[in-house]
Amino acid sequence: MLLPEEKRRYQKHLLLPQIGEEGQTKLKNARVLVVGAGGLGCPVLLYLSAAGVGKIGVIDADVVDMTNLQRQVLYRVEDIGKSKAVIAVSRLKKLNDSIDYEVINHRFKHENAETILQNYDIVVDCTDNFPTRYAINDFCVKLQKPFVYGAIHQFEGQVSVFNFKNSEGILGPTYRCLFPEEPADGEIPNCAEIGVLGILPGTLGMYQANEVVKMITGIGTVLSGQLLMVDLLENTSQKIRFKRKSNAETLIFPEKKIEKTESESFNIMKTISVKELSELIDNQKDIFLLDVRNLGEYETCRLANAVLIPMNSIPTSVKHIPKDKKVIVHCHHGMRSASVIQYLEQNHGFDNLYNLTGGIDAWAREIDLEMVRY
Amino acid sequence: MIKYKISLFGITRDIVGGTHTSIEFAQQANVESLLAKLRKDFPRLNDIRSLLVAVNAEYAEGNFPINEHDEIALIPPVSGG
Repeated sequence: MLLPEEKRRYQKHLLLPQIGEEGQTKLKNARVLVVGAGGLGCPVLLYLSAAGVGKIGVIDADVVDMTNLQRQVLYRVEDIGKSKAVIAVSRLKKLNDSIDYEVINHRFKHENAETILQNYDIVVDCTDNFPTRYAINDFCVKLQKPFVYGAIHQFEGQVSVFNFKNSEGILGPTYRCLFPEEPADGEIPNCAEIGVLGILPGTLGMYQANEVVKMITGIGTVLSGQLLMVDLLENTSQKIRFKRKSNAETLIFPEKKIEKTESESFNIMKTISVKELSELIDNQKDIFLLDVRNLGEYETCRLANAVLIPMNSIPTSVKHIPKDKKVIVHCHHGMRSASVIQYLEQNHGFDNLYNLTGGIDAWAREIDLEMVRY
Repeated sequence: MIKYKISLFGITRDIVGGTHTSIEFAQQANVESLLAKLRKDFPRLNDIRSLLVAVNAEYAEGNFPINEHDEIALIPPVSGG
């Protein structure tokens, strides 16, 4: 039941026959957890608060930074250095103080996930990193809760609703049905590294909030089994249809399996630590330093005497790579160099290649402390 | 030769260079052979373990056959928030 004050506040919802008092009461009784109060989280929190979602949890362990203000519209200059979750809720209360907010000023992690999730019916994934995204997926699958996924890249975004039980009781696909394996650190760059248009998370967050309201009120078609991709530069959007994998439940929490695969593949590839490389150089050993980053990175910082062949040019430059001495292949963190080594070993018969563990960044951290890091 | 046109998304735009690319096959490709060729031509794609291919707006994998005028999309995971 709605109070007279609520009837007035939500008048425009009540006028919609699809929502009405029944839908608004469903919103009032709903419990939604928003993981991440950053670019996506800000619009989601603002609109769910305005819409009258009864209980909203806000998880974020970060503090407001000057660089957040370009897109995280809940925060102001005076908030810099303060807890995002605390500030977000204090602002949201000024918009709608009838909502029961829970401030969770910690990271969402394996140790606390189940305790937090048990108080919520719908989760909104507004995080900025893969470990948390996969943790949200795995716990939501385990606890049978739906979650609204949003993710952004420069000018493009993705939205979908995962693990959603439809009116026939059939569960929709999960995040791992689209992307089964969690990317390794450094595999996919994030906003902090490559930038993002400030308006993008605003737009995508709004799509997420909209899905939440539709799920709660039971109107429209929920974006389950469909990945919506939006490109703000070209104003294009498209939907990809996909199905739940029959083994969706067994795909979750694969950490042990992944560790095994990684150690197996790394055993085959020869590696060298930055300390070992430093000794080789000090002892003036005849080695070949192959830098596979791009030109801009090479100009930012490089190892003395390193030869630059960007990864994409390797297939056409194989003849420039010696086979008669140790070749130390390196990139920023060691991912690209590993795939170059794999390519050269498999396709061109090299057996003298060593991957520099941790890449040039490890060199800058441990050996040459003056080197520019990026 | 069969020419396949592929729409690129996310980091694959930076790796391949541009929003689209095309590759040629002597015979009909499937999702697996298409991905293998792309990974060979652009080794940085090997960095991305989960790379999604959609054919005519539908998730596709393995030996799913691809026809010349199919709409093919290469979609990587995206982390930003």
